[in-house]
Parts: sequence; C-alpha cells; structure tokens
Amino acid sequence: MDLITPDFGLFFWMLVTFMLVFIILKKFAWKPIVQTLKEREDNIREGIENAEAAKGELENVRIKSDRIVSQAIVERDKLIRQGREIKETIVTEARAKAEEEAKKAVESARVIIEEQKTAAINQIKLQVASLSIEIAEKILRKKLKDDKEQMELMDSLLDDFELN
Amino acid sequence: MDSQSKFLRILKVILLLMVCLKPSLSAADDNPLEDIKFDPGSFIFDHIGDAYDWHLFDIGDRHYSIPLPVILYSREKGLDIFMSHRFNHGYNIYRGYKIMTDGPEKGKIVIVREDGTVDPDARRPLDLSITKNVTGMFFAAFIMLAIFLTVGKRYRNNPQAPPKGIQSLFEPLILFVIDDIVKPAIGEKKYIPFLPYLLTLFFFIWINNMLGLIPIFPMGANVTGNISVAAGLAFTSFLVINLNGNKHYWRHILNTPNVPVFLKLPIPIMPIIEIVGILTKPFVLMVRLFANITAGHIITMGFFALIFILGEVSPVFGFGGSVLSVGFGIFITFLEMLVALIQAYVFTLLTALFIGAAVEDGH
Repeated sequence: MDLITPDFGLFFWMLVTFMLVFIILKKFAWKPIVQTLKEREDNIREGIENAEAAKGELENVRIKSDRIVSQAIVERDKLIRQGREIKETIVTEARAKAEEEAKKAVESARVIIEEQKTAAINQIKLQVASLSIEIAEKILRKKLKDDKEQMELMDSLLDDFELN
Repeated sequence: MDSQSKFLRILKVILLLMVCLKPSLSAADDNPLEDIKFDPGSFIFDHIGDAYDWHLFDIGDRHYSIPLPVILYSREKGLDIFMSHRFNHGYNIYRGYKIMTDGPEKGKIVIVREDGTVDPDARRPLDLSITKNVTGMFFAAFIMLAIFLTVGKRYRNNPQAPPKGIQSLFEPLILFVIDDIVKPAIGEKKYIPFLPYLLTLFFFIWINNMLGLIPIFPMGANVTGNISVAAGLAFTSFLVINLNGNKHYWRHILNTPNVPVFLKLPIPIMPIIEIVGILTKPFVLMVRLFANITAGHIITMGFFALIFILGEVSPVFGFGGSVLSVGFGIFITFLEMLVALIQAYVFTLLTALFIGAAVEDGH
C-alpha cells in the first residue's frame, strides 16, 4: 500500500525542514519569547506580592493614623475642658477681687466721710459755742444796762442755786 | 451522454474552485478517453497521496498543475534534476525515468530500459524530489518562520509591552504549550531546555494540519497525514526522548528494579519488552497522527466524491447531493480544525510525558 509505505525523500525533507525551523526558531523566537514570558510572570508575581505588602503597610499606617487622630481628639477635648475651667476660675476670681476692691473702696470712703463729718460737726459745735457766747454777751450787755435789772438777775440766779 | 459528461466536468471544475475542494491529483491518469468513469477510490487516494506536481484542476482532457523539481540519484545514472512537467502528467518517459501508473510502485518514479519497459530488477533511484507534500511543508515552515520571527522580534524589542497584533493570537497558545503541556509533563525544574523543541513540534504539527484543510495552492497538501512526515516527527521525538534519558531511565529499561530475577536471566524478557517499548512509543505517535489526519481528509473527500457518484446517476441527483455534501464537508472541516489542534496537542503532550519519564530522578 502506497499510503502506509514511508517514502525516504519526504522523510529526508521533513527532517531537514523541521531541523531548520527548529534551529532558527530556537535562536530567534523561542529563546526571547520564553525568557520574556518568564520575566513577565516573575514581574507579575513580584508585583502582586509587592502590592500585597503595600496593602498591609497601608493598613498599618491607617491603624496608626486612626490611633493618632483619636488621641488627638481626646487631647483636644481635654484641652477645651481645661480651657473652660481655667476661664471660669479666672472669671470667678476676677469677680471676687473686684467685689472686694469695691467693698474696700466703699469702706475707705465711708471712713473718710465719717471723719469729715465729725470734723465738720466739731467745727459747727465750736462756731455755735462762740456764736452763743457772743449772743449771750450781747443779750447780757443789753439786759444789764441798769442796776435794778442786775439785781433782779442776781436774785433769780441765786434762787436757782438755792433751789438746786 | 456527451452533455452529461460535459456537465460533470464543469461541475467538477466549479466545485474544485469555488467549494474549495482540495486540489486532487490525477497525474497517473493515463486514460484520456471521452467517457471517464468516475473512480472515487483514486479520486480520494490521489488527493491524500504525494505527487511530483501540484495538480490544480482539469478542463476537458487537460490537466493543469504546477510543476515541481524532481531530484533523483542512482549509481548507474548519477544525479538528475528537472521539473516534473517533463513527465507530462505521467504520460511521458523522460531521461529514462517514468512515473509508474500501477503496481506496488504506483505514482513513484522508476528507471526504465531503453525500450520503454520497466526493469523488474532495477531499484528505484534515490528520490529527493520536492514533491507536493514537501512544497506544502516548505510553505508551512515559511509561515511558521514568518509568524514566530515576527512575534519573537516583538518580544525581544518590547519585552514588557502588552501583546499586540499577531503576538496576542500566539501568546495564549505558547503559554498553553508551556503551562499546560510541558510544565506538568516534565516538571517545574527540568522543562525549560525542552521548550524550543516541543514548541516547534506543536506549531509544526498544528500549522501543517491547519494548512492541509485549506484547499488552495500552496496549501491543502496532506502533509501531516502522510506516513513519512508522521514518521519523521516521531523520529525526532524518539531522538529527543532517548538522547536525554538519564541513568535512572536506562537502568529502568536494562535492569528493571523490583522485578524477579528469572525475568532477566537467562532470557532477558524484561529488557526486551522495555526496548520494544522504546520503539512502540514513537511508532504509536506516528500512527495516531497519520491516521487521524488522513481519516479526516478521506471523509471530506468522500463527501465530495458522493457528488460525482450521484451526478453520474442523474444531474439532478448531483445538484441535490452537492447541497448535502457541501454541508457535511463544512461540518467535517470544522471538526478537522478541532482534530488539527487536538492531534498537535496529543503528540506534544505524549512526547513531553515520555521526556518527563526519561529525565525523572529516581523515586
């Protein structure tokens, strides 16, 4: 049967063609292709690993930043509270001081007024006394112009003494 | 009868050209009578077999074919190189050579005596002719080089660029061969040195299979469905497997461990079986590829032959049958495209598995 009888010519050309194709493709096609595909595979694997690592790193950073933020919030609240407290203390203290100052001022004013008043009263007293003496002198002068009247006065005065 | 045979011839030509019937060989047809009885056997087998010229079509009694170089060498006649049209499709004797029209050497070139008869004792000359299959194979090799040198250049120049154009068509296939055939079969550590051979093998078989399905010159030769080509491929596979066999592999063949001694001495039954096994592996590869591809071509050609068989009965039958045959022909061609890939896959996978077994470390 022709169909299943190998033919040497075809067999020979087949080997020649195959070997030539193999040698040329090995050097100019398969080598760069296989090498590139392998490099690409490695690159992709590395890339995925790096991305995975970066994701972990990012997660860490996120956790850290979250902690920092929450700490900052606590700190801020504390500061605000402290500020408010300080403000209130200052206000209270200032008010107390002011009240005290005012009281002191009023007190000192009162003392001064009292002193002035006493002094004025004393002066008035002196003036009244001197005025009274003057008036009494004038009256006596007028009344004791004659002897009779002097006598009468003496009598009355003596009466008074006796009565006492 | 005359108009009917004319009709048949026209139908034949139209189908050959339009319906993409594979160019059939009728070089050995030495019966130029008006009424040629259609012979489906030679119609099919002339297509499947090899030929010294590339037959395109017939118009009337004239054969149209592309002549191919004939290269012959014999001790008595020396080297002879000429184009195959000198034989005039097998009708002529040229420089003492003749294409046999019957007998066991049918279709082959033999040496004839001065008086035109064949010398029964003369051996065939060494025949290195660039036949139809060799031409088809050269074309496939050219296509392979064109594709993979382009692809390879792109990988070399832009190694990190994403695949583009023809590269994106072949990258998945190359990756398929590497990751799904070679790597699992040979093993992660040792597969790289075998990649160039196995990639060449896979694409050589696949591209030849595919080109064999396209019935337009210079494609459509039944290259991988030829026993010589399949044998050549199996031979390379045999060499690669056994030249790379390690100590463990040869020990396993010559002195199989865990086998009773009486199987090795005094008659070395096991070594003989193992050595036969070395030879059957490539033999089976050869037969599988040859049989699968040839079977596909035979079925396709059978459907087209049916048109002419029915046409001889009645032209109406011929037309009716052609619809059916073309439909089935298309279906079978699609099936053959699948077979083309599967056979390339199986051949490469089995070769890779045998290589894997040959380079495996002791267990």
